Amino acid sequence: MALTGLEIYKQLPKKNCGECGTPTCLAFAMNLAAGKASLDSCPYVSDAAREALNAAAAPPIAKVVLGTGTAAVEMGDETELFRHDKRFYHETAIAIQVSDNLSNEELMAKVAAINELQFDRVGQHYTIQAIAIRHDADDPNAFQAAVAAVAAATRLNLILMADDAAVLKTAVAGVADRKPLLYAATAANYEAMTALAKEFNCPLAVYGNGLEELAGLVDKIVALGCKQLVLDPGARETSRAVADFTQIRRLAIKKRFRSFGYPIIALTTAGDPLAEILQATNYISKYASLVVLRTAAKEHLLPLLSWRQNLYTDPQVPIRVEEKLNEIGAVNENSPVYVTTNFSLTYYSVEGEIESTKIPSYLLSVDTDGLSVLTAYADGKFEAEKIAGVMKKVGLENKVKHRRIIIPGAVAVLKGKLEDLTGWEVLVGPREASGIVAFARANLAS
Amino acid sequence: MAVQILRDRSRATVQKVVLGATKEQGGTRSHTIVVGGDAALPFHHFEGEISRPVIAMEVQDIVPDWPEVLKDPFNDVINEPGRWAQKCVAAYGADLIYLKLAGADPEGANRSVDQCVATVKEVLQAVGVPLIVVGCDDVEKDHDVLEAVAETAAGENLLLGNAEQDNYKSLTAACMVHKHNIIARSPLDINICKQLNILINEMNLGLDHIVIDPSIGGLGYGIEYAYSIMERIRLGALQGDKMLSMPVICTVGYEAWRAKEAVAPVSEYPGWGKEVERGILWEAVTATALLQAGAHILLMRHPEAVAKVKENIDQLMASNAY
Ligand code: SF4
Repeated sequence: MALTGLEIYKQLPKKNCGECGTPTCLAFAMNLAAGKASLDSCPYVSDAAREALNAAAAPPIAKVVLGTGTAAVEMGDETELFRHDKRFYHETAIAIQVSDNLSNEELMAKVAAINELQFDRVGQHYTIQAIAIRHDADDPNAFQAAVAAVAAATRLNLILMADDAAVLKTAVAGVADRKPLLYAATAANYEAMTALAKEFNCPLAVYGNGLEELAGLVDKIVALGCKQLVLDPGARETSRAVADFTQIRRLAIKKRFRSFGYPIIALTTAGDPLAEILQATNYISKYASLVVLRTAAKEHLLPLLSWRQNLYTDPQVPIRVEEKLNEIGAVNENSPVYVTTNFSLTYYSVEGEIESTKIPSYLLSVDTDGLSVLTAYADGKFEAEKIAGVMKKVGLENKVKHRRIIIPGAVAVLKGKLEDLTGWEVLVGPREASGIVAFARANLAS
Repeated sequence: MAVQILRDRSRATVQKVVLGATKEQGGTRSHTIVVGGDAALPFHHFEGEISRPVIAMEVQDIVPDWPEVLKDPFNDVINEPGRWAQKCVAAYGADLIYLKLAGADPEGANRSVDQCVATVKEVLQAVGVPLIVVGCDDVEKDHDVLEAVAETAAGENLLLGNAEQDNYKSLTAACMVHKHNIIARSPLDINICKQLNILINEMNLGLDHIVIDPSIGGLGYGIEYAYSIMERIRLGALQGDKMLSMPVICTVGYEAWRAKEAVAPVSEYPGWGKEVERGILWEAVTATALLQAGAHILLMRHPEAVAKVKENIDQLMASNAY
């Protein structure tokens, strides 16, 4: 929450000396509120006022960056408890855990599988963000070797998990330029861990056994000069974790409780991978900015990443595709032509089903402001005139020899008007996309 | 700084709705099930009472047009709704049975009213759990079928659906006369949801006999709209809006298994991984996400998805009081 000019003015020295470049403190305060000036321009502002202003101007949850370059992922910087109040901004980062106990061969096989975790569905591309390497081996040197091997084999970000700061140090030196997350500072090791995070300029996870211990540790670490933090309240049972995450988010946003103004990391514990995905579904829903998983199977990740994508869409903006004549398969002048709206969920369900008919086809997506068929029709955005206009615009008569177009069953009423307007034969398709395959089998010769 | 746990005190609670009736209560169920009653946001045990969400498994009166992976677990019973329901309860632990009379559809099997009623009786006899019964989505046929079902099962305290904004009167009347509960279905619109509850209540069906179906989208296909509407419904209920205070029912199985991602074979979509667990998770993740938004009754299909979601509910029902 940004401060108003007057709130800032109250904190200024009120000397009106003009040294800041504006004639009065009030004018300077207005510029500050508008983001057009920096507090540093005033040589007289007190330390107490500076701290108060900085704290109030800072976002309730800090933005913490894992990694560098194009792979870098921003976490936190959220402002809401409920997505319908505005939106959630930074999608939960997903990491897959590997152990330094694995043989080099096993490790490389696992990393290769993790690198493959990229998905395309409904026109979107989903990826995971990191690999977490955990120190389980008895040999402290194993960790450094595993981290180096993983780093060389992946472009994903890295999370280094070890309790012993000395072991962590051996590994972080070689990969510091990747800005890995160090996991974790605890009550027992936080001084050494904080020193390490500062030395290599890496984000640091803070593990507290419960909220109270966590807040205390964060304060100590911040006092030592580390501010790129990620919070782990230590809960490993789903119900407790959901409650702790909710408290962290609420306190940060509603009470501006600075000790909890950082993104949250969640570690799954369920042994069964399906149960693990459900646990992670809860954590994504309830405010985790980073979830560390063990399963790396595609069939497990796709549903989870789909939920993440859904949750983080902007509730104000209907998702839409471009208005155009789309080609599905190797079309020719005899290919059937379907028409639908540009609401992306409608469009991609229809596209998927047309693909399944195995008949190369055209699909005309009409711009309905991203509304689905029935809503668009009710709103007057999917009418015969509109469809006829788009048919003209894309030059449909030059693309196909036949004069037949298929409209969604839900707007069967448009048939007469559209035939009158275009002279084309209008076929009424099924009401649901799922009926397209049967419809094509019955009505379209392949 | 010391941590001050933040507890939101709610002004009201979600309505409690009782489903089913035992012998003493005029029915034949072995027990009743109470849904709703929550005094806080989902699973916030730390600030109020939380009711346990339940799972109703779907049974149909005809062999449904489901993908093989969904029919496989029921192959031995799929021709007999009674035995199918039994298997859901005995083998898979369904809390309730959700009987969809899809066969009534005049465009489909066009089963007669008497046949539909016979199926309801068969299922009532086969299981002791309370029943949810819905029609085939043909307005006129449903009118006849559901009225007959309501009459035949008078006293059983069924949950009957679906009432919609322009078609709620006859079902509401049937529920009042024969003492059942109603599913009020609105098309992903919180205003219509509220309006429909008002209309039904104006006909004098008590608020404790209404369950909200907000129309969900499945995972990947608009689930987030339902998620936000359900969060707003729960917040409204806790703030004292009586007309949003009913428990929420979600058509999880139907929506999840419509998605291509739930059924497409790995041979066609190698990038998506193996289809069996993908489909199970498509349904289970849909359910889990909606639980966090305030679902009370989940209508589900695949036994494995049911098992995983039950386990998840167990975990979420563990107290997290501070
Ligand atoms: S320099 Fe500081 S004291 Fe002087 S006018 Fe600007 S704000 Fe006021």
